[in-house]
Amino acid sequence: MNFNGKVLKYGDNVDTDVIIPARYLNTIDKKELATHCMEDIDKDFVNKVAPGDIMVAGYNFGCGSSREHAPIVIKESGVSLVIAKSFARIFYRNAINIGLAILECPEAAEEIAEGDIVEADLDAGVIYNRTTGKQYATQPFPEFIQQIITNGGLVESIRKGAIK
Amino acid sequence: MSTKMTMTQKILAAHAGLESVEAGQLILVNVDRVLGNDITSPVAIREFERIGVKDVYDKEKVTMVMDHFAPNKDIKAAVQCKMCREFCGDHEITNFYDVGRMGIEHALLPEKGLVVPGDVVIGADSHTCTYGAIGAFSTGVGSTDMACGMATGKAWFKVPSAIKFVLKGKLNKYVSGKDVILHIIGMIGVDGALYKSMEFVGEGVAALTVFDRLTISNMAIEAGAKNGIFEVDDATLAYVNERAQKPYTVYKADPDAEYDETYEIDLSKIKSTVAFPHLPENTRTIDEVGDVRIDQIVIGSCTNGHYKDLAEAAEILKGKKIADHVRAIIIPATQEIYLKAMENGLLKIFIDAGCAVSTPTCGPCLGGHMGILAAGERAVATTNRNFVGRMGDVKSEVYLASPAVAAASAIAGKIADPNAVMAN
Repeated sequence: MNFNGKVLKYGDNVDTDVIIPARYLNTIDKKELATHCMEDIDKDFVNKVAPGDIMVAGYNFGCGSSREHAPIVIKESGVSLVIAKSFARIFYRNAINIGLAILECPEAAEEIAEGDIVEADLDAGVIYNRTTGKQYATQPFPEFIQQIITNGGLVESIRKGAIK
Repeated sequence: MSTKMTMTQKILAAHAGLESVEAGQLILVNVDRVLGNDITSPVAIREFERIGVKDVYDKEKVTMVMDHFAPNKDIKAAVQCKMCREFCGDHEITNFYDVGRMGIEHALLPEKGLVVPGDVVIGADSHTCTYGAIGAFSTGVGSTDMACGMATGKAWFKVPSAIKFVLKGKLNKYVSGKDVILHIIGMIGVDGALYKSMEFVGEGVAALTVFDRLTISNMAIEAGAKNGIFEVDDATLAYVNERAQKPYTVYKADPDAEYDETYEIDLSKIKSTVAFPHLPENTRTIDEVGDVRIDQIVIGSCTNGHYKDLAEAAEILKGKKIADHVRAIIIPATQEIYLKAMENGLLKIFIDAGCAVSTPTCGPCLGGHMGILAAGERAVATTNRNFVGRMGDVKSEVYLASPAVAAASAIAGKIADPNAVMAN
């Protein structure tokens, strides 16, 4: 899977409460939820995000509540990939389960800046910053997880009989 | 065959049908319970219906608790609860807990004996890690995991490595499990145990009540952990035997189990601890807090809504009045706790002191309802998170503390040491 997009950058410990505040969790409508994506950390996010954009953040991205609404609104907003120094574990598995691409790469997440144009190859685990010309290598996902991603998420994996 | 497994790894191996597992291994495990609430279950139900199976894997093991925005805070919340109610009705799910019978899920499940030592429990709620207190492997997952768990009775995991906490000594008066876990999070940070198990062992465990342990395990997620588990002892068994609805297995770590790190914690040295905004790791001991005027206190939540928590608050509030400028909201975590608090006169103590007492709900903890903060307002809460906007406006502040500190602060009108308030 390949990605190419403009970077929106955030810091450490971006929690799921700021990604999608609980006060909006009285609906499961993805479009309605997405109108509040990142509202409590970046009110302007919904206006500046464009399809294919890449979110880059620091350590422990997605910490806090297990709400799957968090990766759902990021994906629904058009973000194609999240690169972080590290991910909180529930966010990590939720992203994989719903088919939101994520990559863990502390060096890239440190150096890539807001507005940079970045390319990434998920299978090879390569991130390339077109703005600065710098390339980064990341650990590819274990095969088991790659299969879930390739199948289009956990539900599709079960539908296809990959997990019984 | 000799192994070197932690408590967590032993439970996971048994549920994966494997002799042994090691850290980093990806496994598929059978789950003993699949839990969801009124916020996460609707998303799971939508995903469950996409899977296309007719029935849930087990009508008893699938569990839904209407606790977050219930009693329904608005029409949309009512629609979500209705969706859960109808799904549970259609699928003949026996463990569906609605208003009047529900409690906050992580207080309710142990109380009802729905979780026992050695279980694997997944819950679409991050504080599902609470049940480690009684020797179960339990962890928070998302709604898709819940949906797939409901359909197949299975979940995928990467086997975690572990950090060992060896407890010794005994807590001082007005210091409780909340102070222990805030102290630990302050020490290792909000990602200090990321992806890992926290395993609590040592002679100090016996000096902690099961309720203190429930509070400690509950906030393992606030250190990034996958689970936080206590060694089972006589106190655990006394608690479990009164309630268990099924047989159970006690797992102990192998003597030569490997840990990434080991910390020794002397419980007698822990002071009342407060986490300042906006991360649970921003801890200060009570003698370091300075002058912090407050507008509200909340005593309740899956972290500190147990009877023991209410009793500790009542001891401090008895015969006193809270400060005029403070609103105090007290929320027993379950109906059983509420009833016991009524029978033992706690509710009268709270109301006489000027507190509001509510039916069980997660409500204010996540900024849902029942005590939302305006810009510039500060709350001392016995809840588990103090992120930006967690209890209301993004310019409000939450200070995490024990029930004793919250009660003392309500009287003083600012963050206060229970010892100082009781000395007055």
